[in-house]
Parts: sequence; C-alpha cells; structure tokens
Amino acid sequence: MKKLMMTAAAAALAIVATGFSANAAEKLKIGFIYLGPVGDLGWTYMHEVGRQALVKELGDKIETTYLENVSEGPDSERSIEQLARTGHQLIFTTSFGYMDPTLKVAKKYPKIKFEHATGFKRAPNMGTYSGKFYEGRYIQGVIAGKMSKKGVLGYIASFPIPEVISGINATILGAQTVNPDIKLKVIWVNTWFDPGKEADAAKALADQGADVIMQHTDSPAAMQVAAQRGIFAFGQDSDMIKFGPKTQLTSIVNNWGPYYIRAAKAALDGSWKAGDTWDGLKEKMVLMAPYTNMPDDVKALAQKTEAAIVAGTLHPFKCPVLGQDGKAVECKGGANLDPGQILGMNFYVKGVDDKIPGK
Amino acid sequence: MQLVLEKRAERSTKIAILSPLLAIALTLVTMSVLFAILGKNPATALYVYFIEPLTDSFTLMEIAVKATPLVMIAIGLSLCYLANVWNIGAEGQFIMGAVCGSYLAVVTNGTDAGPWVLPAMLLMGAAGGALWAMIPALCKVRYGANEILTSLMLVYVADLIMDYLVRGPWRDPKGMNFPTTASFDPVATVPALFETGRIHWGALAALIVVALATVMLGRTIKGFEIRVVGAAPRAARFAGFNSKRLVLFTFAVSGALAGLAGIIEVAGPVGVLQPGISPGYGFTAIIVAFLGRLNPVGILIAGLFLALTFIGGEGAQISMKIPLDLTKVFQGILLFYVLACDSLILYRIRLIASPKKASHGIA
Repeated sequence: MKKLMMTAAAAALAIVATGFSANAAEKLKIGFIYLGPVGDLGWTYMHEVGRQALVKELGDKIETTYLENVSEGPDSERSIEQLARTGHQLIFTTSFGYMDPTLKVAKKYPKIKFEHATGFKRAPNMGTYSGKFYEGRYIQGVIAGKMSKKGVLGYIASFPIPEVISGINATILGAQTVNPDIKLKVIWVNTWFDPGKEADAAKALADQGADVIMQHTDSPAAMQVAAQRGIFAFGQDSDMIKFGPKTQLTSIVNNWGPYYIRAAKAALDGSWKAGDTWDGLKEKMVLMAPYTNMPDDVKALAQKTEAAIVAGTLHPFKCPVLGQDGKAVECKGGANLDPGQILGMNFYVKGVDDKIPGK
Repeated sequence: MQLVLEKRAERSTKIAILSPLLAIALTLVTMSVLFAILGKNPATALYVYFIEPLTDSFTLMEIAVKATPLVMIAIGLSLCYLANVWNIGAEGQFIMGAVCGSYLAVVTNGTDAGPWVLPAMLLMGAAGGALWAMIPALCKVRYGANEILTSLMLVYVADLIMDYLVRGPWRDPKGMNFPTTASFDPVATVPALFETGRIHWGALAALIVVALATVMLGRTIKGFEIRVVGAAPRAARFAGFNSKRLVLFTFAVSGALAGLAGIIEVAGPVGVLQPGISPGYGFTAIIVAFLGRLNPVGILIAGLFLALTFIGGEGAQISMKIPLDLTKVFQGILLFYVLACDSLILYRIRLIASPKKASHGIA
C-alpha cells in the first residue's frame, strides 16, 4: 500500500514536472559551464556578463542555462554531458581544464555544437575561442613602468601555462620600453580563485618592495591589499575600480558578450562552424577599463599604446624577443613571434626575476 | 508547561532506526519551504532533486560513479569511529593512494606494458593510503599525539605532494605546462562496466567492500574487538584486547580503502592525475559514515543518497535554475537534522507541567 502511494505521488510530481518544461521547447538552448561562482567578480563573472548580454540581445530566440563551480576534475564531464542530454544545442565550456572532457562529450554528441574557451584541441563540432590578453598586459606594463617609483613590479600568477607566461612576458616587455631596468617579481599561487592566497601573495610582493601589483588570478583581493598599502594595482577580468578607487590604474576587461552573440546567431541561422577564434583589442574581445589614478602624460602614453596595438602598428612580441639568457628567440612569424609561439609560450623574456615552476 | 530532554534508561532501538528517516523528512519539509521562498514549486523541485535522477540510466550510473569513492572511504572510516579512533584525514589518504598508484601509470605511459599494470596500481594505491594513515596512527600509539589533528594536517601535505609531482616530474610533456599527467594508457585504466556511461568496475569493488565489512563486523572476533574497544575500553582491556594495535589496524584499513578509492577514481572516471581529483570526498565521507550510522549497509544507502543530492542538485540547476548553493544548504540541513534527531536516541522529549518535577531531566 505504501509503495502504491509513493508511486502515485511520484506520478503526480512527474505530471507537474512535464507541464513545467513543455513551454520552452522551440527556443535554441545554450549552456554554459563555469569554473568559479558567478559572483567571483573575475573570470567566471565576465562569462556570466557575456551570457547576460547574449540573453539581452537574443532573449526571444534562445534559452540559456549555466552550471557554476564545476571543478575541472571528474565532475566536469558529467556536467557537460548533462547539458548535452537536456537539449542544449550550443555549449560553452569556459575554462582550459574542460578541454578533454569537452572533447569526450563532443565526440559522443556529434550534432551538438561545443565551444571551449582558451584550449587548443578541436573537433568538427568543437571550436575554441580566446582573447589576446597579452595585448592588454603590454599596456599595463607600460603604465606600471612609468608609475613604479622603486622600479619593482609584483605579479601574482596562477598556473605556469602559456597564457599566463605570455602575460608576464608582455608586461615586462611593455615596462622595459619606459624603464629598461625594471624588475618583475612573480609569486605563483597555484589557483585561479582563492582570495586568501591572493591577498597573501599581494602582501608578500609589497613586502619585497613591489609598488605596482598585477595579477592573473580572479578575485579583487590583491586590489584591496594594494589599497591598504597605498600602492597601485591593476584589476583583472573585470573593472575592479570599486575595490580600489584610488588604487586601480586600469584593468583588462574580458568582453565575451559579442562573441557569444556571434556564435549563437551562427547556430541559429545554421552557419556555425567549429572555428579557432583569437580576438584582441581590435575586435573588442579585450577591453581596457578607464585609465585612472595616473598623471596625464602616462594616460596619454597608455592611450597611444592601445591605439597602436589596435591599428596593428605595434605588436607586443615584436622581434627580436630576448630570452632570459639574453639571446634572441627564434622568430617564426617574420616581424613578430608567430601565434603558435605565443599560444605555446614556455620561456621567460629577459628581465623576469623568476624561474618557470617545474621547468 | 516546559519542554524537557530526559535521559533514557537505555538506547531506543526504534528511534535509532527512525532517526535518519525523521531527519530526511524534516529536511524535505525545510527544503520545501526554501523552494517556496525562492518562488519555485516545491513539488517540482523535490521531484527534480530526488525522483528524476532515478528515472534515467545515465543519471543512475552517475550516481553510482559519485557514490563509489564516498562509500569506500566511509566504510573504512566507520571502522575507525566504531573503535573510537578519529581518522579525519581520509582526504589525504585518498590523494596519496591516487599518487602512489599513478606512479606506475606515469612510468609505463606510452610503453607496451601488459595487463599487470592496473592490478599493481590498485595494490600500490591501497598501500599508499595505508602508509599515509600509519603516520598519525604511529604518532598516536607511540607519542599520544591527537590523531584528529595529525591526520587532518596530513591532508594538506598530501595535497602539496601531489601538486609538486603534477607540476614537476610527472607533468605531461605535451600538456602545455598544465598541471596534469599524461592521460593514462588503457592498461592503466579501470574499465567501464558497459559500452555507454561511466560506471566502472570500481562500483562493484565498493559493493564487495560493503559485504566484507558487514561480515567482519558481524561475524568475526576482529569486528567484536572493534566494537568493544570503542564502546567500553576498560572492558576491552580486561578481555585482553590491545587497543594500540587496534588503532594501527583501523587506521591501516581505512587508509587502504581511501587509497584504493583514490586510485580507482584517478584510473577510472578521471583518467589522469591532476589537482582537484577530489571534490572533498574524504570529508564528505565522514558525513556518509555517520548518516549511515556506522553500519556498512547504512553507509551504502547514505552514500547513494548523498550522490543523489549532487546529481539532483545539478539537474535542478539546469531545469529549474535553482542555484548550486541550495544543494550545499541542503546537505548542511540534512547533517544538522541527523545530529539533532540522534539526540532522541539517548534522550526523550517530554512536556512537563511544573518545573519542580523536572529535577531528573536535563533542561
């Protein structure tokens, strides 16, 4: 009898549930997998801002879902597959560590379109997209070189993957254009998001004499430490000015919205193809937050640098690029390092006061 | 009128069985209220959480995948806790098991090593976990160090050892510096049970562990010894049981099981050694052990139930846009009610007319 009642209850619930999901059938369902919480104010937050821009633009034709805090371990494959199984036709996986799980699920669901951020593995139904964040880093380097009184910059780094290393290199190359003797200290925190660790690293860098702090981690913790210490800092991923109104010089802003809209439109009209998108300042996938807390001449220099990168007259990795040992690195791209060398960067340029972990 | 908690003369067996059910019922009521506050239909939400994952082979298999490490670890922990030994560091033993077992997978990667690799990996994983658990166990019996602290602190040491290895010597040369080993070869991978789905032989191993633990606790001298030492240490000494040796034994067994769970997880669903292989399995297993009343079959049910809440929570995120945080709130509420209801095993609630009569009770 009890069993019968439970079955009846379950059936009643099932009717409620089907009624709930029936009305959203015709819209294109788009799914997002996020690494952090949507409130991290960094990497994940900016993907969420991009998703919201997408909803604003195409809200009547699409329906979006996101899963947040999906760890890059065994859970991610299930989470991606859950989206694939629940009718999502276009799925964005927004962290490097989802590369293999995305590929596995993409092979299993050849009709569903996958877009993986910052990776290098692709399939007929799996494209990749990323930003040329090093362009913004170069501008930050120029500003930092001008603003540092002690000539020491502090860099909070996450993982020694090419993206992070090219960011470090672009920063010091930019800084060297205004101060050839600039020093760059790096602390590896081995996390993308851990406000406690990030704050500790910022304190340690400040104690070592760094008076401009920059980061490749996602929380505003370092900005807050810099504000307490009365030194300067750059935001990361989003405009973090409210965490350091007198501290932030500028911030690299990851602007995913236009890309998400483009990809969704392509999926809607059937023209979607798995591509390899790598956009920068010019295409506005990378934006710079307003230049603040700096004298006018530095601001003008920063704007000039930005304009030159957009115009294509300045490339942060213009040859010759000198390695840490002072010897020029082989230049495969003619005038500049070629994209493969930047995307696979595994060496420091001259002037970085650090050793790549594990190398 | 006054509400009083009155100590029972003896443990109430009826309540001991009813208590987790009562806790679950109270949790469901509380969650329904929360869903209603969020503007979601509680009936639909509860359906998505608890029934829908059971209606589909994919989610059923995923529940098993998720429950496998939880159950294996929790069984080992229950032996410790029954014997009044407080191993809190299963997470570290899980990681060291994964690390030790992965060693073979890394060194044989790309060679034509035979099918001996996987069994050897499993053995090394269990041994690694057991050895890691021996550190707090020896510190306790030799120096009287508090095993709660030592075993917990060793979690972070294990984590950093793994971190060092996958960033340094074991890093995939083709992995663009990402902290991960190369993907394990097929001979170093726990095979899946079916063509589709991720459920693997480790799930069967967990069932075998449950069966063995049931037999050991119910039918062997060792099981009796564990119970007596835990419940009545003085009586155990008179009976000639050596409590120090039992500390070593329970730590070794629980460490080995956690280590085995670790290497099975890495060689199964993950396929590589990388940071983040455990979303806190070693800690969640503590909840599973107590939710299952330190009983092997109870642990199996509790492990599956907790896995269900993970998978159901994910489904709720997708179909009802219910935030992930609510799944965590849910697990917290569940544990809270379980502990609260447990007090009813030893105490009864009574309404008493005048405070004077309550002199025996504990208010």
